[in-house]
Amino acid sequence: MKSKKLEIEQVASFLRDGMTIMYGGFMGNGTPPRLIKAILDSGVKDLTMIGDDTAFGEDLAARGPEGVGLLIRNKRVKKLVTGHIGLNKEAQRQMLAGEMEIELSPIGTLAERIRAGGSGLGGVLTPTGVGTSVADVKMDVTINGQKFDQKQTININGRDYLLELPLRADLAVLEAVVADKSGNLVYYGSMRNHNPLMALAADTVIVEAHQIFEVGYINPDHVMTPSILVDHIIYPI
Amino acid sequence: MTQEMSAKELIARRIALELQDGDAVNLGIGLPTLVANYLPLGVNLLLQSENGFLGIGPVPAEIIPVGQPRMVNAGGNPCTILPGGSTFDVSTSFALMRGGHLDACVLGGLQVAENGDLANWMVPGKNVPGMGGAMDLAVGAKKVIVAMEHTNNGEKKILKKCTLPLTAKGKVAVLVTEKALFRFYDGNMVLEEYAPGVSVDEIRAETEAAFTVSDNLKEMVISQVGL
Repeated sequence: MKSKKLEIEQVASFLRDGMTIMYGGFMGNGTPPRLIKAILDSGVKDLTMIGDDTAFGEDLAARGPEGVGLLIRNKRVKKLVTGHIGLNKEAQRQMLAGEMEIELSPIGTLAERIRAGGSGLGGVLTPTGVGTSVADVKMDVTINGQKFDQKQTININGRDYLLELPLRADLAVLEAVVADKSGNLVYYGSMRNHNPLMALAADTVIVEAHQIFEVGYINPDHVMTPSILVDHIIYPI
Repeated sequence: MTQEMSAKELIARRIALELQDGDAVNLGIGLPTLVANYLPLGVNLLLQSENGFLGIGPVPAEIIPVGQPRMVNAGGNPCTILPGGSTFDVSTSFALMRGGHLDACVLGGLQVAENGDLANWMVPGKNVPGMGGAMDLAVGAKKVIVAMEHTNNGEKKILKKCTLPLTAKGKVAVLVTEKALFRFYDGNMVLEEYAPGVSVDEIRAETEAAFTVSDNLKEMVISQVGL
């Protein structure tokens, strides 16, 4: 078996300006800190980032991790697709100043778009956001040969749903508590969040693990992300 | 007693009596979270944390530092998980909401309209935090309870039509303020309870929305826990 071990210094070789990156985590819990730092250190810019939220701003460092905020504060993010930026003043400032494009999405919709992107689905129909500004988002979509420039509301058996399109990324950066050397992953508690969904939805998946074990150590019934989804593993220091 | 009680506490104490033992419930951040403090003895809820678990427990005695594996709630604050709890990914977590598997959710509000529309996630140009899980919760929970102060510095918040961007259309089941409790039946708003010392005329004067007064109108009873 080819080793999936990756040194943190090698992460830069996977990065390029303008790429799309999904990051695991919910309020920074489950966001891989060394991988985010490696993205910053590489100097890469104009990134499109997809993830739950923008964690805690630098001014709230005592309350929790900065997560993707590190890249936002250093102006590396051109576009952000996310559900919540409420505890990151810099993200709000950049959005209101037009310095960073932000597409705000209900978190359930975001999760299902990622899942669809990784599951070979053509889209998701959700009642969430019907009749709200979420339905008014500009979107280029062709349905049965007809072009539309706005998100579509579709009525099925009497109920309205929004058609939400799949999301994919060039790279996903994830955090797991336990990995085996083949890439089977186990998460802990609230740190699972979007990580297993994103493992499905990116061309390259790099995981930062707190513990690494030989293959066979993890009970197959306890594996939360199967090994074939994981391309590279950053071992613990 | 109640004249010394804050509006928020009164609201939380009334909502605590809306929930049944064993209910799976999501409490929004802020005022809704207070509801857990006033649950009567024998009413144990399974509280959902939208980041991916059921069974929210108290703040841990020892806070695990950032960087080490730890449990946090949807606000990113350290918490514990109770015996009998379960963890899952965000897709499952929001399936619990959208799929109608939660008995109730309690949400804060900026505005509520007479048809049950709710606006609670943004004030254009001022505060744009993102909707987070509010839209999924409001669409899917079996019973959407809104906890909201009746007015904002004299400005009416219970309206004929919301002026702020909506969270969900026509989904509010119960609205509790420090003055009144309204229920919504097929888009019709009904005043069912008034807070002690508050008249129906006063409620009408502070409410733009058109509502009917229930034949069974009564004074609001609140949880007495700790009083």
